[in-house]
Amino acid sequence: MIDVLHVVEHILYITTLICITGIALSLILLIYRVLVGPSNPDRATALDVIGVCLMATAALTSILLATTKLNDVILLIGILSFIGTLALAKYLEMGVIIDRDSD
Amino acid sequence: MLSGTFFIFSSALGINRFPDVFTRLHAATKAPTLGIMSILLATFLFLYGSHQIVSGKLLLAILFIFLSSPVSGHMLSRAAHKANVKPYLRHREDEYETYMRTKNKKQAK
Repeated sequence: MIDVLHVVEHILYITTLICITGIALSLILLIYRVLVGPSNPDRATALDVIGVCLMATAALTSILLATTKLNDVILLIGILSFIGTLALAKYLEMGVIIDRDSD
Repeated sequence: MLSGTFFIFSSALGINRFPDVFTRLHAATKAPTLGIMSILLATFLFLYGSHQIVSGKLLLAILFIFLSSPVSGHMLSRAAHKANVKPYLRHREDEYETYMRTKNKKQAK
């Protein structure tokens, strides 16, 4: 029984490391898109997905460290990246923040 | 967890491969939503299985991502269209452009 638990913990550790590597690779690709991107909406899109990747790294770190203290961080990163994306979109649109004519 | 990483990585590849803002937005809104939801669900199940902790914040984060990702995608596509980025059109016309043009004509009258 204890052997089974040990093997499961080992598999979980290896899986978490693989996931962190994959997310790091995708972060490199996204940073390439932010730096090179042909237009500004491309950069805003890539920044939105970078926020999602940050949430994923925080979740994987909380699995690695086996803590619950990073849950606040995950929620806060989500909310801030959403507000930042909205602000960037409104800035690119050169519009007002709340408009009545919404289509 | 592995499936979540696969979806996020495929979306990053798609963002680098697609030719245009709008197709890139297609890659950037749906796949990372599924990926982050599965990763957060994995974290929730891990905390529940190892420490018997039911973390409501992770469920809230899943709900928030599920709600906010389509909204931000929509705002970004509107901004891209109003910033005069030409869509990658092969065999269709830009329906949103024609709609806005007719609406502006009506307002001018």
